[in-house]
Amino acid sequence: MDILLYLIPIALTLGALGLVAFIWTLKSDQYDDLDGAANRILFDDDDVDNFDEKNL
Amino acid sequence: MAATKIPDARALDYPLDNLCAHCGAPVNGNKKYCCDGCRAAHAIVEDMSDASAYANIATRDDDGVYHLRLHVEGMHCASCMRLIEQALISDDQVKSARVNMTSEQVTFAWDGARCDGDRLCQKVEKLGYKLHPIDEAAEKGAETQKQLLKAIAISGFAAANMMLISIALWSSSGETMGYATRDLFHWVSALIALPTVIYAGQPFFKSAISILKERHTNMDVPISLAVVLAAVMSLSETMRGGEYVYFDSAVMLLFFLLIGRYLDLKARGQARASASKLLSKLQGFATKIVKDGTSRIAMRDIQVGDRLLVTAGDSIPADGIVVEGASDIDMSLVTGETNPETVKASSRVFAGTLNLSAPIEMEVSEVSEKSLLSEVVKLLETAEQSNADYVRLADKAAKLYTPVVHSLGALTFVGWWLLMSAPWQVSLLHAVTVLIITCPCALGLAVPVVQVLASGRLMKNGVLLKSGDALERLAKVDTIVFDKTGTLTRGRPVLSGGPYDDNMLKIAASLAHKSRHPLSKALAEHYIGERIEDLSIEEIAGKGLLGKTDVVTYQLGSRNWCGDETFPTSDRLEIWLAIDGVPTSVFYFEDQLRFDAKTVINDLNRDGLELHLLTGDRGIVAKSIAGQLGIENVRAEVSPIDKNAYVEALKNADKNVLMVGDGLNDAPALARANVSMSPSSAIDITQNTADIVYQGDLLTPVWSTIQTARKSTRLVMQNFMLAAIYNLIAIPAAVMGFVTPLIAAIAMSGSSLVVIMNAFRLRIREKK
Repeated sequence: MDILLYLIPIALTLGALGLVAFIWTLKSDQYDDLDGAANRILFDDDDVDNFDEKNL
Repeated sequence: MAATKIPDARALDYPLDNLCAHCGAPVNGNKKYCCDGCRAAHAIVEDMSDASAYANIATRDDDGVYHLRLHVEGMHCASCMRLIEQALISDDQVKSARVNMTSEQVTFAWDGARCDGDRLCQKVEKLGYKLHPIDEAAEKGAETQKQLLKAIAISGFAAANMMLISIALWSSSGETMGYATRDLFHWVSALIALPTVIYAGQPFFKSAISILKERHTNMDVPISLAVVLAAVMSLSETMRGGEYVYFDSAVMLLFFLLIGRYLDLKARGQARASASKLLSKLQGFATKIVKDGTSRIAMRDIQVGDRLLVTAGDSIPADGIVVEGASDIDMSLVTGETNPETVKASSRVFAGTLNLSAPIEMEVSEVSEKSLLSEVVKLLETAEQSNADYVRLADKAAKLYTPVVHSLGALTFVGWWLLMSAPWQVSLLHAVTVLIITCPCALGLAVPVVQVLASGRLMKNGVLLKSGDALERLAKVDTIVFDKTGTLTRGRPVLSGGPYDDNMLKIAASLAHKSRHPLSKALAEHYIGERIEDLSIEEIAGKGLLGKTDVVTYQLGSRNWCGDETFPTSDRLEIWLAIDGVPTSVFYFEDQLRFDAKTVINDLNRDGLELHLLTGDRGIVAKSIAGQLGIENVRAEVSPIDKNAYVEALKNADKNVLMVGDGLNDAPALARANVSMSPSSAIDITQNTADIVYQGDLLTPVWSTIQTARKSTRLVMQNFMLAAIYNLIAIPAAVMGFVTPLIAAIAMSGSSLVVIMNAFRLRIREKK
């Protein structure tokens, strides 16, 4: 039964890693704007130079 | 009040041909706006773009950079998001700008002075979006959702890891696995479970404590009690080397219930936006006529007797009488009718309605707090409160459930201790087991699972539920009150006939596409094809459109300007086309019934629902429509205040009223009714007021949503029954002391699964 002394901590650590990763994604606001994220991939460019004030 | 220029979206590098000038949604054909709402909103925005001062609420960080987060109104699609971000980032001072589409908020940061924020806000407002300070209630809701997600993650992690240990515990006993190993497992369980219970149980504990302080109880009281007792008892059993611990039950319970809680919060959706937005129509500026010219005054400073100038495209700033000029007014705010009303000297006009065609001079007769618009807002607020005391099914169940379970627990303790003369520790153990096993795991899931499935299904069909208990209330409806224009009918005039040929239509449409008069718009929309180029077009207020080429003159407009006066008149709306002064064609328009209105009304009638029609339109039109559709009760020419009173009277007669309407004039009645629906073509305020918003050009969603509501309420009741049956079996076993942790875990997950599977029948039936 000594094996348990390794296995239980290993199982708990692995699980905790997943938990920490999830909480990190939650904290860094990755679930805040799911609609926006889905739409943003449709835009090719990140540059904004083509926005010309004179067109307003 | 210089009209702000509309951004030419094509000048931006977008893959879209034509965008709505207000919301940026793609538009078919040559329309400037995607819908009437956008047109009206844009006119208001133009009027107000110089009135914002949000930079005051910006926060300044240590580097001297200002941060500001605002709610954006009028955002519909990805292009809106892009447009706003680009507009802000293109400014040299702006450090970052990001739009959140889900919550419709923009966050941006700038380097420089505080007042630069106002300039940046104006930049966004010039694009046609309205900015508002962030609604604190909505903010709080988002924060709660996040907290719940975190609690779910932690309890899920704990539940999964404890299962690892619990399965070993269940499948063997102290004798086979060794007492030392068993105690180790118990301690590891305790190590995982206790922090989890303390952290993830908080949503329930807090709610239970606050409700107990008010001397009431809800479902959270038995939940908290069961979880805490299970944890405490298991801890004491662990310490004294006892056989059974219930840590896994406590954590699993939390996990399931948190999921239920999260779904519940999701189903409730966005909180109702407050009616105060409506009053923003009365917070802009007005042009006052003074001795030597005009001056701009804030709308709140308007006094009775002031003379105001209202240019075409502006909304009327106060209730009053027209003194000079003639124009068409979009009165949809008051009557719900989209066809403009012609006003001339001595006509009454109302605040918030839109002046369409020509400048008018008016004299103010009521200050803004007493205007019709303010009355509507007041009604809206009181009406919304009247529905606040609705008791949700789940809460009713909790009220019934809590005392029963707790007295059962107490009886078990007393029974074992006094009657069976068991030691008090054993008696307490049995009593706590009763509380754990009866804990409303299934009850906690019974409502939210059905609601989330139902709202998901409705969402696919373009029906948006805005309040969680809307379905419950809808299922009980026995009376439906319909608005006419825009609800039963399509709400805009459609070309319906007249003596004209294709060439005439081409000429008329070429003229009409320059005007924003509803009839012109209908004409322009009807026509598909090339327009006549090189035509100089001029709009003549109150008369029509004048178009000239090198050789001919076209007139498109009213009968007395370019029509044939001897031609027989009809009820229908008409536009005449004259070529070189000779009337050649007439175009008739009608507001058409929605395509499926008759079938839907038939279905509703057959179902035995009592139907009413309420409209601000003339009685003759209302009667004819009601006759065609088979609606028995008709009231015509009603004001927003009458509508509200009518619905209230029905409610007082013990009816469960569903109100379906789209106009601002329907808003108080919508809020007053037990439950309300409005089409997505309705203006923002009305959509915000309604419990349910449906998309598309059809009326069918009204009937299909009622059916879904009934079906899902039936499923919820079945779920309650299932939970009750489960308890009927589980409670005697627990009272007798037969329950082990394994049985508790199986019973708990088993009952939750049954409830969830039952809820899924909502989907399975649909496929057949």
